[in-house]
Amino acid sequence: MAIFSLWVINKAGGLVYQRNFADGLAQLTSNEYLVLAGTLHGIHAITSRLSPAGSSSGAQVIEGESFKMTILLTATGTKFVLLTSLAEATADSVLQRVYEAYADAVMKNPFHTPEMPVRSEGFDTQITSLIGAGQP
Amino acid sequence: MATSKQYKAIGEDLWKSRTDKINSELFALTYGALVVQLIQDYEDYAEVNKQLEKMGYNIGTRLIEDFLARSSLGRCSDFREVGEVVAKVGFKSFLNITPTVTHTGAPPPSSRPNSSTAQQSGVPGSSFILTLDENPLAEFVELPDEALEGGLWFSNVLCGVLRGALEMVQMQVQVEFLSDVLRGDESTEIRVTLLKYLEEEVPVGDD
Repeated sequence: MAIFSLWVINKAGGLVYQRNFADGLAQLTSNEYLVLAGTLHGIHAITSRLSPAGSSSGAQVIEGESFKMTILLTATGTKFVLLTSLAEATADSVLQRVYEAYADAVMKNPFHTPEMPVRSEGFDTQITSLIGAGQP
Repeated sequence: MATSKQYKAIGEDLWKSRTDKINSELFALTYGALVVQLIQDYEDYAEVNKQLEKMGYNIGTRLIEDFLARSSLGRCSDFREVGEVVAKVGFKSFLNITPTVTHTGAPPPSSRPNSSTAQQSGVPGSSFILTLDENPLAEFVELPDEALEGGLWFSNVLCGVLRGALEMVQMQVQVEFLSDVLRGDESTEIRVTLLKYLEEEVPVGDD
């Protein structure tokens, strides 16, 4: 049961925050993270069209063999993505609290430009207390 | 879609759950000092109105995230519901006031609007009017004659906040004051008119 990493993607598909929380994860360059986030954004948009049962949100959980990806899409278009082990059950509540921390530490800082990369100590601190120490 | 009573209850809960509340007089004084300073800087009441609206827009685009994160409300199904949520949950949780909402239907459409987006319904042109029976921003304010003649809307920041917040949830609206007790009118009224729904932006591929 572990949380591997957190991504925050803005409404245009750009990665604005990325942080790993476990050791032994594949080390990707920041450019690779940007590309992955953009790809995920596109896929997420497509998945909402695939619904056979009328209109639907995009994918919320994507599972692989060794990990699970939980996506929280806010009404403003921001995506919070949590990568965890398969057994982790708290992903949804963690994401909700990450959203609250984002609304506080990031959005309420008047010097932060919305949709731009997040460089906020307050947000980092809150995430650390929420999920645990990690390295960017 | 919750009923009016449920929205009231949600608004009340949100207001109570916010533990950091500030002194309302400090808030009113701060806002008042801001408006007076803007008047001194710009010396043109129309310009001051515009600046207040712009500041409000900036606030609104940020405030909506806090509102959505804390209230966990989903998308409103139509513009009528938007009015209800704004008045009963929005205003209540941030200003602890509950304006009354009056919905005015859309003007008769000249051609059949085809709604290809199944999620939202609500004809552009529909609007609602918020009637504030108290205004924490304008507690002890009395407008001087020149401000009255110049056409100052003292609480214009609220219009910007509504416009910014609703734009972030894909609604382009026009928000304006209809009347203000500070100007000697009977009541303080803000009208929010839906101009159009903003389509999802297709990200421009840059990589």
